Amino acid sequence: MDDFLAARSQMALSLGFHIIFSCIGMVMPFFMAVSHYLYLKTNHITYKHVTKAWSRGVAIFFATGAVSGTVLSFELGLLWPKFMEHAGPIFGMPFSLEGTAFFIEAIALGFFLYGWDKFNKWFHWFTGVVVGISGLASGILVVAANAWMNSPAGFDYINGEYLNIDPIAAMFNDAWFSQALHMCIAAFVATGFAVAGVHALMMLKQQSVDFHAKSFKIAAVFGAIAALLQPISGDISAKFVAKNQPAKLAAMEAHFHTEKAAPLIIGGIPDTDNQTVKYALKIPGALSFMAHSDFNAEVTGLDQIPKENQPPIAITHYAFQIMVGIGVLLMLLSIAYFIALWKKKAWLQQKWLLKLFVFSTPLGFIAVEAGWTVTEVGRQPWIIKDVMRTIDAVTPMPGIVYSFYIFTAVYISLSFIVAFMLYRQIKMVPQLYGSTPSQ
Amino acid sequence: MIYVVIAFLWTSILLYLILGGADFGAGILELFTSDANKTKTRKTMYRAIGPIWEANHMWLIIAIVILFVGFPSIYTTMSTFMHIPLVLMLLGIIARGTAFTFRHYDAVKDEMQKIYNPIFVYSSFVTPLFLGIIAGSTVTRSINPQANNFLDAYIFSWLNAFSFAVGLFTVAICGFLAAVFIIGQTQEQSERERFIRKAKAFNIMAVLAGAVVFGVSFIEDIPLTTWVFGSWPGVAAFILATISVIVLWSIWHKPYTNTMRFLAGFQVSMILFITTWEHYPNIVLLKNGDALSLLEEQGNAKTIDALAWALLLGSIFILPTLVYLIYSFQKNPATDKT
Ligand code: HDD
Ligand code: HEM
Ligand code: HEM
Repeated sequence: MDDFLAARSQMALSLGFHIIFSCIGMVMPFFMAVSHYLYLKTNHITYKHVTKAWSRGVAIFFATGAVSGTVLSFELGLLWPKFMEHAGPIFGMPFSLEGTAFFIEAIALGFFLYGWDKFNKWFHWFTGVVVGISGLASGILVVAANAWMNSPAGFDYINGEYLNIDPIAAMFNDAWFSQALHMCIAAFVATGFAVAGVHALMMLKQQSVDFHAKSFKIAAVFGAIAALLQPISGDISAKFVAKNQPAKLAAMEAHFHTEKAAPLIIGGIPDTDNQTVKYALKIPGALSFMAHSDFNAEVTGLDQIPKENQPPIAITHYAFQIMVGIGVLLMLLSIAYFIALWKKKAWLQQKWLLKLFVFSTPLGFIAVEAGWTVTEVGRQPWIIKDVMRTIDAVTPMPGIVYSFYIFTAVYISLSFIVAFMLYRQIKMVPQLYGSTPSQ
Repeated sequence: MIYVVIAFLWTSILLYLILGGADFGAGILELFTSDANKTKTRKTMYRAIGPIWEANHMWLIIAIVILFVGFPSIYTTMSTFMHIPLVLMLLGIIARGTAFTFRHYDAVKDEMQKIYNPIFVYSSFVTPLFLGIIAGSTVTRSINPQANNFLDAYIFSWLNAFSFAVGLFTVAICGFLAAVFIIGQTQEQSERERFIRKAKAFNIMAVLAGAVVFGVSFIEDIPLTTWVFGSWPGVAAFILATISVIVLWSIWHKPYTNTMRFLAGFQVSMILFITTWEHYPNIVLLKNGDALSLLEEQGNAKTIDALAWALLLGSIFILPTLVYLIYSFQKNPATDKT
């Protein structure tokens, strides 16, 4: 592995690791706020237990999210100094605001986690909501920074110089809205289904059923609403990508030849040498419709893009298929869940529905990772689209391979420990909260 | 506006040194606590830092963000030539933050604690050590942008006796800050006595480590004495710091715990003041005699303005709530059960 590849892999690893914790950090506070609210309103002790049990989990995730985020803010410079030297002052605005959001989040979390029975109960509840709002705000801000890399704005690039810098215009670049919207919804989908899945498993095992049923419902409702919105927001993203980054769209769809009424390619194995996709399902005209709302529109293919500006096709294509596939699956499950809630109450007692939720536990997070792979790998070879190539940004320091190995080892061990702690947390539920009569 | 940004940068570094330092110090104290007292120390410590440790570490992020937004070439030079100590420091940050949380939140308290504890303790030591090494390296003129081999560029940029001495000095200061901070948080007289003894010991260690820094500076030809004693603000700060040490030693056994904390914080601010004042606006001295200056390396003007506004507005939100957080848990410390 050469140093350049190592640097890219290390960046991808760190971000891919961090994103899991940041999704949870953005979304769990809202789940807790709901169950906390229900407790304050109904005085039903199970809701208090749910809130507390979740908050213990969140503390673990939060700490891991905070340290992995701290690592990231150094890594941008450690791995991509040439990029940061120019990009820092341009896309730094969201990061400076994000600092405030993080701070508020950390302060509010201090109040929330340690403030039980110490403050006015609504003040205490409110600090939990603040954790969620500021987490969401920091997610939106940092995605705006990433969107700038896809759709640079707020400067003029003249003869290799970055002039007329306007950090506010850079922050509100064209891509920020579609990306931030899609990311926020994704965080709710991923966390919602992951949490619901774990509680569904415990319900199937007949443990502390009241506790797990209440937790399940909160998470599942959030996740299901988000999963219904996600394809709509994904469509907005796809239309934007079609306009802004035709090369990325072409790679996502393994669309080799520019054509009108382009088919949507589902699955298949892209064969770059022969410029075809084998074994794929093709829906005529659907790609044209997805990209430009018109079944006959022309869609730029990879043949229009010089070889040296093409992103890796296979990875981008597979990742996109995985994300969309999961998106459709979760949407169907959500529809089933809502039918169960409103029309067919009996389904809720049946095992198959819970089993489907258990099966979906990791899917949202897999889709998140796949989605980021589409966005980031699909942007290659550019680190700033059409302005700076990734290879020109990498640190001159040799031996990045070793740092990649070390971080890989650290993150793998951390993942194991976090999973282990979570397992223990769940196993302890009957001991900690088991005496609750189910009413 | 650039001065607003610089003031925020300096303040965040200072607050990180004091608050984050006290936080690291808590782990360092544990390293120097006999096994018999460890559990108790841990409890007291947890009560003291549990609710605020996340917020304490935010100052580092603020400083880094100010650097990369406002002074990109300083950020990139440092992260290129300090790559190795930065990575080691980051590994320390990862290990410490997670071990601290894991050992408290693990639902089952068993053998795993034997894994978390040493990780927490050693990483609390290693992280400020490398922070100090990096800080020391900014003035040793060992960073050489023209270096053309690996050792000169990436190893000897930080590996020298002076930086190492600064690292140890930082560790001692952290331990000192933590002990002083925790005195006010103890609930029993015997606990209190123990932390007073620790505070004294770490204060002495800090002074000794400071002396070592001076000693090494002679060997390595770093004009540290001229920097500190060459101008009246330096001398004044040195005298004030010394007076505050004397005052502190005279009130150990009195109930003025907040005064003690103030004095300890004051000493640290004087140290940071002395070491930055003389070079200001330079913050990194390079091998070839050049220096990276905050005024010359600033990013473009519009960005600096926006950054300054973001910081000012942010602090309107942050400072009152942060003060309220610290105040609430002073009055009414966190209990150990969650
Ligand atoms: C739960 C996760 C999840 C699910 C179910 C989906 N997505 Fe997604 N997608 C993401 C999670 C995600 C993401 C991880 O959040 C990305 C990466 C960058 C971003 O802004 O969102 C993303 C990016 C992303 C992009 C690239 C945006 C860019 O590069 O600027 C497109 C075109 C889509 N998505 C489209 C879709 C469609 C049509 C879906 C249909 C169901 C879909 N996504 C489901
Ligand atoms: C958390 C979600 C994110 C994930 C999972 C992610 C994933 C990735 C991946 C897979 C790569 C490697 C691409 C390749 O080299 O082929 C990459 C590169 C990179 N990403 Fe992201 N990314 C995320 C968000 C961000 C954000 C918010 C930023 C910055 C503000 C960012 C900045 C970068 C940079 C600087 C690189 C290195 C240059 C490059 O390879 O393009 N990423 N990321
Ligand atoms: C799409 C990508 C990202 C999202 C959605 C995101 C979101 C978040 C959220 C919600 C948190 C709060 C901590 C938690 O809840 O666990 C967090 C923490 C953090 N993130 Fe990210 N982040 C992303 C990428 C990045 C990048 C690229 C950087 C650095 C350049 C970064 C830096 C940080 C830092 C420093 C923290 C720690 C703050 C704290 O202590 O609360 N993040 N992130």
